[in-house]
Amino acid sequence: MLVSLYRYNPETDNVPYMQDLEVTLPEGKDLMVLDVLHMLKEDDPSVAFRRSCREGVCGSDGMNINGKNALACVTPVSEVAPKGKLVVRPLPGLPVIRDLVVDMSIFYRQYERIQPYLINDNPEPAIERLQSPEDREKLDGLYECILCACCSTACPSFWWNPDKFVGPAGLLQAYRFLADSRDTATADRLDNLDDPFSVFRCRGIMNCVSVCPKGLNPTRAIGHIRTMLMQRTT
Amino acid sequence: MVTSVTNLGRTGAFDWLMQRVSAVVLGVYTLFLAGYLLASPDLDYAQWAGLFDQMWMRIFSLLALISLGLHAWVGLWTITTDYIKPTALRFLIQAVCGLIMFVYLVWGVEILWGL
Repeated sequence: MLVSLYRYNPETDNVPYMQDLEVTLPEGKDLMVLDVLHMLKEDDPSVAFRRSCREGVCGSDGMNINGKNALACVTPVSEVAPKGKLVVRPLPGLPVIRDLVVDMSIFYRQYERIQPYLINDNPEPAIERLQSPEDREKLDGLYECILCACCSTACPSFWWNPDKFVGPAGLLQAYRFLADSRDTATADRLDNLDDPFSVFRCRGIMNCVSVCPKGLNPTRAIGHIRTMLMQRTT
Repeated sequence: MVTSVTNLGRTGAFDWLMQRVSAVVLGVYTLFLAGYLLASPDLDYAQWAGLFDQMWMRIFSLLALISLGLHAWVGLWTITTDYIKPTALRFLIQAVCGLIMFVYLVWGVEILWGL
């Protein structure tokens, strides 16, 4: 199988380039893209990529595979490269550190900005803050995000304004805490989002929904945030 | 919170709402004019001038004109902040857009009221 791999080592390369490599896949087995990358790394140890759990839980190996962002560890080669050519690039829109490894600082800064933790000013109860099963259900489809950055780096609004637009991943988490019955900082959280960029730069392109490896829907969460912002100001 | 002074209102919610309200006005105005033209196959100048002589039509047209300005400002402001990164150039283009919308508005008032 032919693999076209994005290569860039800032210490030796002036510009990034695509390297064509031939890999022999074992018969009768459908490998994941991550397995193919491991085979390439055995031949050439300088190939750089991030990986950890290799089962779609840690979110380390988000990359652009045949034009679409995905987790290499849960993406079968047969599904993304039926014509036999695999094209692997780093996540778009973020600075490349080396090969498939990108600098995710700006992505994490946006995540930090939405205060991704429970804020509750009420005195702590003796045992724990209780939540009804109905209120807990509201967090389904929100808390499962693994911060792989596949969605935000597939979003044109995030490409153009990564310093101002929170991005789908951050906004999904923003709504996860806005929707939490135990959180008391709803008004402050909304104050922090009610500018023309943070939420409203979303144009409903929905690339985030089409690439999310966990099947989540950031566009819907952004719609809920917009409704909350409209409800308190109109 | 990201601060911005060049967008239409002070909040994102205001811009978002204005863009949608102005879109509805423009949509209704377009449908009305298209319907009027289709329903009047023998339209002559006197009838056309008569339509625009009526106060409700002048108000409706002015509303559509103001909506066009608001709608275009929100849209073009979004496009310029997406694609034009040098601040001076972006501000210049935004200023030119604002000037064009203002000219259209004043010019439109003059046409509608025949001043």
